Amino acid sequence: MKLAANVRDIHKYYDLGSVVVKALRGVSIEFPKGDFVAIMGSSGSGKSTLLNLLGALDRPTYGQYILGGYDVSQLTDDHLSDIRNRLIGFIFQSYNLIAQYTVLENIEVPLHYRPGHKPISSRDTNRCIDLAQQVGLADRLDHRPYQLSGGQQQRVAIARALVNDPEIILADEPTGNLDSKTEVEIMDILRGLNRQGRTIIMVTHETSVARVAHRQVYMKDGLMAGEGLFPG
Amino acid sequence: MNPLRYLVFFHPARLARSLRMALKSLLLHKLRSGLTMLGIVFGVFSVIAMLAIGEGASTQAQQQVLQLGATNILCVSVKPPEETSDPSQGRQWVVRYGLKEADLKLLDVIPSVVRAIPIREIGTEARYGGRTLNARLVGCTPDYFEVNHLSRATGRFLTDSDGEKFAMRAVIAHDVARELFRHEDPLGKTITVNQQFFRIIGVTRFRTASAAIGSSLSGQDYNKDIYIPLETLQTRIIPGGVDVQRKSGSFSAEEVQLNQITLQVTDPQVVLQTAETVRESIERNHPGMKDVHVVVPMELLKQAEQLRGIFNVVLGSIAFISLIVGGIGIMNIMLATVTERTREIGVRRALGAKQSDIIEQFLTETMVLSGTGGLIGVVLGLLTPQAFQAVRGLANRWILEGSAAGGELGRMFTQMEPTVPYWSLPLAFGFSVAIGVIFGLYPARAAARLDPIEALRHE
Ligand SMILES: Nc1ncnc2c1ncn2[C@@H]1O[C@H](COP(=O)(O)OP(=O)(O)OP(=O)(O)O)[C@@H](O)[C@H]1O
Ligand SMILES: [Mg+2]
Repeated sequence: MKLAANVRDIHKYYDLGSVVVKALRGVSIEFPKGDFVAIMGSSGSGKSTLLNLLGALDRPTYGQYILGGYDVSQLTDDHLSDIRNRLIGFIFQSYNLIAQYTVLENIEVPLHYRPGHKPISSRDTNRCIDLAQQVGLADRLDHRPYQLSGGQQQRVAIARALVNDPEIILADEPTGNLDSKTEVEIMDILRGLNRQGRTIIMVTHETSVARVAHRQVYMKDGLMAGEGLFPG
Repeated sequence: MNPLRYLVFFHPARLARSLRMALKSLLLHKLRSGLTMLGIVFGVFSVIAMLAIGEGASTQAQQQVLQLGATNILCVSVKPPEETSDPSQGRQWVVRYGLKEADLKLLDVIPSVVRAIPIREIGTEARYGGRTLNARLVGCTPDYFEVNHLSRATGRFLTDSDGEKFAMRAVIAHDVARELFRHEDPLGKTITVNQQFFRIIGVTRFRTASAAIGSSLSGQDYNKDIYIPLETLQTRIIPGGVDVQRKSGSFSAEEVQLNQITLQVTDPQVVLQTAETVRESIERNHPGMKDVHVVVPMELLKQAEQLRGIFNVVLGSIAFISLIVGGIGIMNIMLATVTERTREIGVRRALGAKQSDIIEQFLTETMVLSGTGGLIGVVLGLLTPQAFQAVRGLANRWILEGSAAGGELGRMFTQMEPTVPYWSLPLAFGFSVAIGVIFGLYPARAAARLDPIEALRHE
């Protein structure tokens, strides 16, 4: 079984001067290729902190994180940027589209930051249009974010996360801002992506959302607390 | 970071993409971007305008000097201040001062002097038919025509034989012809000047007045002149050089043999040297009298060049400060923009943007702002002469008219033509771009150094 990502005894401390906040206190978890994991747990348990580390937005205080064969915990800031660009697709709770860009331009953003700054070819653009089609927005390519509903914006974000064909897709409460009907639509898209073989790691508070994933892990006070839909 | 790595920004495809991205961001807030740009527009415009005015002022001064002739030395009779007049003469009815025939002889023999041209002039009233005109009666030699850059409209100028014969012939200037003769042909007609009759043998063309230069030389309006042979003036009009004038009931008289002697020197190189000799010679013949001024256009030219230097430095730095103020405006807005777009920066970082990419993005935005502002400023700068005309029109109507401001400054203002020096265009534009870089770098680095996670959390 090949691993997409592997976290070994990872710690993340925030030194606030007077106190040290231990957000992660030794987390180990493996993510096989094609995995679909929901991370659950109470507020402040360290879910987002873990996801940020998985996304190479930050380096752990201690511990090892292997992604696509790289030991991310050792890389420089510029290397981390390259890793994020090539190996990771982010989906945020609040969509985070760029306001001044159209749907198509938003999907293209990660292409701007490819290592070596390759110019965007017409093939690249066609790929972006294909992705827009996959998430059901082929007729909205020229719209701006403010002209779209929340669900539609999140679809754009999903297409954007896919554009560089990442190793893992990270989603922090991707349906947190959506109604239950839209939630189902978005989860259908994610399930479809997973069926195509994509590795998805998602943080959620909703059991209905977590149920879509293959497995569910629970966090508590910066540690892994258990696995399964209804942990004991 | 190694500054050399910024060189990759200049890859054409990448540059085009950065520009497109920057334009999109700037167009999102059109009013704000426009107002920010305005600071640079005015900065660049004022740099160019100030340099144009400085240039105009100096060419004006240079032209004046060249009109006087770079190889000329002008000796001018001036009424001496009261305290220096000869006390042994007491308070006399006739004030006696100025250049004498003897001076002319002495100056004429200086080796580097090609010729010495004497003038005697008086204010007078000219009459023809029922019309009268206050004119300047100039007694001169034939050389006067060439030395003062006059040109003929009709007829001829005075000749040596006119002088030898004490001829009662006159050449009149443009305004005199127009005022006295209207549509008649003046040639061959006779005008009355100081109860004497003169036959018109020629008319000169319109000549722009020369402006005053400092206190040494008053401005001259050549268009109200009547030229007669010097000999005729000295014998028939004011014998002995005594010009009697009646002012508010009392008489005053001045005995002046010559008003001016214009010396022409062989070549420009020896002008300053010759001027020294001339000054010595005059000081010897008029010891302590201060009744003759020696004006050397060449010296004035040097002064005019110095003046231009000062002008450019003073006006240029004022304009430069306004450009800096524009830069501070840009920096201010960019700092606000970075704060406002913190989330966007976080998103871009999450999607793979490096710190250098963020720097590039914000730097491009400031440079587009300052560069566009600079271009508009250059275009406006090119319109400086027209703008100046408009302002001058208003100023003439509302401020200068009939006010005390009609002095030296007023004359300079009304006669000057600002000329945009072409080197000022790339200079001002270059400054605007440089200011974009200098004032854009700090906000851009501030943006690049944001922590991606915190930037993403920013509300
Ligand atoms: N930058 C930071 N500085 C200090 N403390 C931090 C920082 N980021 C996170 N923490 C702390 O780390 C702990 C874990 O935070 P985290 O955001 O991972 O929680 P979470 O499980 O995602 O909670 P939620 O479900 O509310 O999103 C919290 O106690 C939080 O206060
Ligand atoms: Mg969280």
